[in-house]
Amino acid sequence: MTSERPSVEIKLVSDPMFLAGARELILGLTHRLGFKQDASGQIALAVDEALANVINHGYERQCDQPIWIKIWTTADEDEPGLRIHIEDEAKQIDPDSICGRDLDDVKPGGLGVHIIRQVMDTVVYEKKESCGMRLKMSKRLASDTNADQPEHSHG
Amino acid sequence: MADQADLEITWDSREGATILRPMGDVDLSRSPSLRNDIRKVFENPPEKVIVELSAVSYMDSSGVATLVEAMQLSRKSNAKLVLCCMTERVHSIFEIARLDQVFTISPDVDAALAE
Repeated sequence: MTSERPSVEIKLVSDPMFLAGARELILGLTHRLGFKQDASGQIALAVDEALANVINHGYERQCDQPIWIKIWTTADEDEPGLRIHIEDEAKQIDPDSICGRDLDDVKPGGLGVHIIRQVMDTVVYEKKESCGMRLKMSKRLASDTNADQPEHSHG
Repeated sequence: MADQADLEITWDSREGATILRPMGDVDLSRSPSLRNDIRKVFENPPEKVIVELSAVSYMDSSGVATLVEAMQLSRKSNAKLVLCCMTERVHSIFEIARLDQVFTISPDVDAALAE
């Protein structure tokens, strides 16, 4: 269920210069949740690839269009981890048409979707109700076999 | 605010090879800088092109795509392309993309020169 308000919600414009900041956000958050460095880096990579796909394909490199990153941390649930939604207002496409290229066909491009599916536990593309697309993905702490217990800050 | 879009890349020549050393994150905002330099190298292709990646802490699929393009240019030019000094984090994306067995990857510049 993702009906509750997200723990983190940020809106950025579709300019590649802001990708580094988004990665830093994900790295910090996943580390805090207890993911090891490798897994944190891979989740940040998945978010980076998702944002890059929106910029490149959804908005066709327009740099002033909105993208939302919504994150639900699920530290207190049966399967602790996080859920991430990437939303845009780009043209809608058939979610079933979103697939990575054949890896045996070595050529530039087409790796982003493959990377996202490799790294995350669940990946679902869907059309938003009004306009744009939504990518829903999740990563369980348990799938990071070397994960620490989540940190709990008290100030 | 300073423009962070350009990737700093140094060039060096050694034993007939051109060595490119990009420094920083190679993502969608910065991979075009690397692509431009790689294309310049292959305008007058040397026998070997080495991309030394010790100072690249992060690379996304746009950076990987740039290096795949470099591999295609090297084949057209009959030049050898060698990647070296990859951090574990950068190497992991090559593994995910199953490109770690497609590229020639060396642990250091001396090994790359010997390839």
